[in-house]
Amino acid sequence: MSAHIETGSEPWLSRAGALLRAREAGLFLLILIVVAVTAVHNHDFVGSQSVQQLLSGAALIALLGVGETLVMVTRNVDLSVGSVLGLSAYVVGDLFRDHHIPVWSGFVIGIAIGAAAGALNGFIVTVLRVPSLVITLAMLYVIRGIDSLMVNGNTIDPSSIPSAFTQVGYRTILGVPWLAVIVAVVVAVVGYTMRSFRSSRELYAIGSNPDAAVLAGVPVGKRVFTSFVISGTLAGLAGTLFLALHAQVDNSAGSGYELTVIAATVVGGVAIFGGSGTVVGAALGALLLNTINQALVASRISAFWNEAIAGALLLAAIGIDRWLSLRMARSLTSAQGAHRDV
Amino acid sequence: MPDTDDHGTGAEAELAPRLELRAASKSFGAVRALRDASITLYPGEAHALLGENGAGKSTLVKILGGVHRPDEGELLIDGVTLSFSGPAAAREAGVSIIYQEPSLFPDLTVAENIFMGRQPLRRARRIDRGAMHREAAAIFARLGVEIDLERPARGLSVADQQIVEIAKALSLGAGVMVMDEPTAALTTVEADRLFEVIRTLRSRGTAVLFISHRLEEVFATCQRVTVMRDGGFVRTAAIEDVTVDDVIRAMVGRELSDLFPKTATEPGDVVLEVESLCSQGVYDNVSLTVRAGEIVALAGLVGAGRSEVARGVFGVDRRSSGKVKMDGRELPNGDPIAAMTAGMALVPEDRRQQGLVMDMGIDQNTALASLGRLSRSGLIRRSAEGALAAEWTARLQVKYGRLRDTVSTLSGGNQQKVVLGKWLARSPRLLIIDEPTRGIDVGTKAEVHRILDGLVAQGMAVLMISSELPEVLAMADRVIVLREGRVTAEFSREQADEDSVMRAATGQLSGAAA
Repeated sequence: MSAHIETGSEPWLSRAGALLRAREAGLFLLILIVVAVTAVHNHDFVGSQSVQQLLSGAALIALLGVGETLVMVTRNVDLSVGSVLGLSAYVVGDLFRDHHIPVWSGFVIGIAIGAAAGALNGFIVTVLRVPSLVITLAMLYVIRGIDSLMVNGNTIDPSSIPSAFTQVGYRTILGVPWLAVIVAVVVAVVGYTMRSFRSSRELYAIGSNPDAAVLAGVPVGKRVFTSFVISGTLAGLAGTLFLALHAQVDNSAGSGYELTVIAATVVGGVAIFGGSGTVVGAALGALLLNTINQALVASRISAFWNEAIAGALLLAAIGIDRWLSLRMARSLTSAQGAHRDV
Repeated sequence: MPDTDDHGTGAEAELAPRLELRAASKSFGAVRALRDASITLYPGEAHALLGENGAGKSTLVKILGGVHRPDEGELLIDGVTLSFSGPAAAREAGVSIIYQEPSLFPDLTVAENIFMGRQPLRRARRIDRGAMHREAAAIFARLGVEIDLERPARGLSVADQQIVEIAKALSLGAGVMVMDEPTAALTTVEADRLFEVIRTLRSRGTAVLFISHRLEEVFATCQRVTVMRDGGFVRTAAIEDVTVDDVIRAMVGRELSDLFPKTATEPGDVVLEVESLCSQGVYDNVSLTVRAGEIVALAGLVGAGRSEVARGVFGVDRRSSGKVKMDGRELPNGDPIAAMTAGMALVPEDRRQQGLVMDMGIDQNTALASLGRLSRSGLIRRSAEGALAAEWTARLQVKYGRLRDTVSTLSGGNQQKVVLGKWLARSPRLLIIDEPTRGIDVGTKAEVHRILDGLVAQGMAVLMISSELPEVLAMADRVIVLREGRVTAEFSREQADEDSVMRAATGQLSGAAA
């Protein structure tokens, strides 16, 4: 009837929406292009050895990216993931070396360390109401300091790690490294969860409009706390896997990872101000950054370009998002202007 | 012959009220925002709530929405006495508030916005997207509105956002919907659609409390009307029993006593000249002049565009066309520094957000607009700051502990004096002052009026924006009335009275033409 109003801009919006949803597809395509271009110059780049390296190298950043996505979606940030990874890797290695603990307990302890660090972060952010940028930055240094005190020159080397454990780092299933399989399973499970449960949709609501989330009865503190615990837990798991992969840990393990992780998640389409983004996108972002990294090595291009390209990609990702939202806003105002009378 | 006296057996008399508020009062500190207010809402009625700015409408709405708790009085829903512990409790009881600016989740889809935290579930407590979309679609179908359920809420027009809020309220099974000035930001077409929706809601037995300043809407849409004034209830009546005149008289009708007696001044040369100022969608073709030694008041309802005009004149916001001249010289567009250099000063409406740096000292705040004068080779001299602040706090009689105390320690009235002092320290030729006495106690109010009067007597030109009619009528030499971004009337001090200004502000000019 007369109450029906032409919203006017649907075709454009759904196209823009489809484009945003296609972020993952676009990233995937970009990865394939980088691989193909590099393979033209260097056929070894598509060899199974090289592909395995590609996946293993991206796996840890992707795993951290999953946790970071959960935190960033709520309009927070976790800068402590690299330090937590380092601490968990060293403590587990130390226990293998000096106490010969069973392999399975290495995983349990590594994950527990991460969960504890995440819980501490979450507690300070939600109960003491310290901005996450500040507290996780402090934790980055505090945990790194504790790590250095513990290591104290006494680094872990492969001889002290049980081979049953290091197998996790180099074994493959059908040519795919175990490491990549583990991370893929985590990405799939968390990715599905983020779509399908009330509690995970509430994370998006919190990041999208915190005040409205409170009004809608969302337990904001509880949800944000949980996101930090999960981020810490995955960083703990990543630390354990780091030990399995490298079998060598000194006090610099994982340092600087936090920025790589944030770069990967943003390239993967997670909004820095919360409210949108997927873990699959973040994982693909990590894979893309690592692929470019390896491609430069394979093409014998100076490592300097590595960081420059990562930066350019970040700018491109932010630029595309901004451009899309501006286009959407403009098409909407013009549609509204059309039926604004007088 | 009828042997029984059978009147009052109509449907309305049979209906039990859906919501009843009995003798509610609410005070904030010393201010009584609401006293002895009672209202009854029946299922299926659209009930208008009218009153001037500050009559207590928002306090009432917040009580119904569970944001405030009344100090006294009772709230009954479907005959049961309730006490809301918060907004969630009000929603639970079936009372939904639709605010003028809805708060949605911009990144989430329309359907998710409606069902956030209450999404329909399937096996293993997973969200049942199919059911969610079906239910959302059913609600919009009932409302007779088409909206893309899959699109994100970001970019929805205000009208569409309100519809989504109404859909959310319906999905919660709200029996009472309070709409706080829903049409203020809508175009005519959008408003018509909203009235259509209200009709649908009524036919389904929802009670709608409708707040609006547009009287023609009220008379077209509502069945009963309640008028509030100064925190109290003046009257409730069926719409067919009252006229627009009755309603306006009930809304104003206040004595102009105990206000500051203004000194009569002889205005001098024109200081500010505004010619056909336009800003698309905000204000349109606004022209006015302010002469030395006179106070010109910009009157109108909240949202009429008065503050926006002030910002456009000062150059904080860019104007899309029109001219602003100070002493005959045109000012560049969007350049507040040029406006300040030309002798303009703007005391904004919201002193906490826009007028002061709350965590800085009284001295630093006072000096903030005069830093160029107070610094030597780019470095601010704190001694000069202190001297300036001491001078102006003394002249304006600010009550404070130490000059270095942060302004947040001062009372509202003294904070306002600090903002005034900050601008007066530049000895401006034109002072634009937006809501000079909002949230200030009566004593300080009179002091601010005395200060303004003194400034004008010394030849300053003042452009004052005020939502308080008594203040406008007491202080202004001329009154310019804005309605929906346009000048609807201009009155001299002698011509202006509450009735004529209110008519011009609400667009009921016909009666005032005589």
